[in-house]
Amino acid sequence: MRHLVLGTMLFAVPAIALAQQNGIQIENAWSRAAMAGRTGVVYLTITDTGAPDRLTAASSPVASKADLHESFTDNGVAKMRDVTTLPVEPGKPLTLSPDGYHIMLTGLKQPLKQGDTFPVTLSFAKAGQVTATVTVQKAGGSMSMPGMPMHGGDTTK
Amino acid sequence: MSSTSDPATGRPGGARPPAWIFGVIGLLIALLLLGTGAFIWLGGGGTASLVGGPFVLEDSNGKQVTDRAFLGKYMLVYFGYTYCPDVCPTTLNDVADALDHLGPEAAKLQPIFITVDPKRDTPAVMKQYTAAFTPRLIGLTGTPEQIADAAKEYRVYYAEHRTGPGPDDYSMDHSSILYLMGPDGKFIAPIRADESGAQMATDLAKLMS
Repeated sequence: MRHLVLGTMLFAVPAIALAQQNGIQIENAWSRAAMAGRTGVVYLTITDTGAPDRLTAASSPVASKADLHESFTDNGVAKMRDVTTLPVEPGKPLTLSPDGYHIMLTGLKQPLKQGDTFPVTLSFAKAGQVTATVTVQKAGGSMSMPGMPMHGGDTTK
Repeated sequence: MSSTSDPATGRPGGARPPAWIFGVIGLLIALLLLGTGAFIWLGGGGTASLVGGPFVLEDSNGKQVTDRAFLGKYMLVYFGYTYCPDVCPTTLNDVADALDHLGPEAAKLQPIFITVDPKRDTPAVMKQYTAAFTPRLIGLTGTPEQIADAAKEYRVYYAEHRTGPGPDDYSMDHSSILYLMGPDGKFIAPIRADESGAQMATDLAKLMS
């Protein structure tokens, strides 16, 4: 069952989670299961094949607010702070991932359940708005779950 | 000690220090021993109890629970909050992974998630939140005072970081370390919160053997 789900996601993720516009490409957008009314998260990878640009904002219809954040640990204390803008450069993919940059969703209008998908729109200073499809994983899931080398070996057999 | 006989020399007419000298030396030695004893007792005891101690909190059914409820099991204690979108879910997922890796050994271990945001983390919220990671994870909340007391026992720092004027416009800065406590309730070792589940399991297996 687990392999069936993973297998399905292997095919599903690259097919639906790719958005491209004006040299900005967004891949592997994923989230974690979360409760309605509470907070959620979006992680993704941005590749810039055009001119240097800046990510300035995010929004999603599933949440009342979507903010760019950075998490970091300062002397053993975990902190989360707003990020006003994130530069993207050609040839240097920017990955938002756990314990680093993320998009925080506040005031979820619906529960996010494993396997669900929802849109997130990123605003870039030059490229404008790019909308990507986000796939929901289990609570606390990590991107290494589907489609990463750890499981890639299993599926080639 | 205060005897004036001197079996070591026993030579008649030899120069002997007056008896009161032995009394003074004896007193000094006694004071020195007492001081060292007190130092070891306070210092040693202090080291062992630097982290952890008694707490009175509420479980996810709103029932009062104390640290004594977990005696006999290893406790893996983490302080965080459920509005935390990134660090806390990542850590708790690693804990759930570690339990899977530990296999039957995991039965010796009770993972406990204590909120530092009792205003928003009611027992009902804690119940739903912890269940999403593993049913084995126990979530504890309490009054702000109870949380403050528990955090103090574990030397955990936490503070509100305001992000806007609304009542929910804040995140929590908080110590992000896991604490492994022994079946006797005493602190064993800290575990890094950013370790993978597999690494955590390896560390825990060593520390619990």
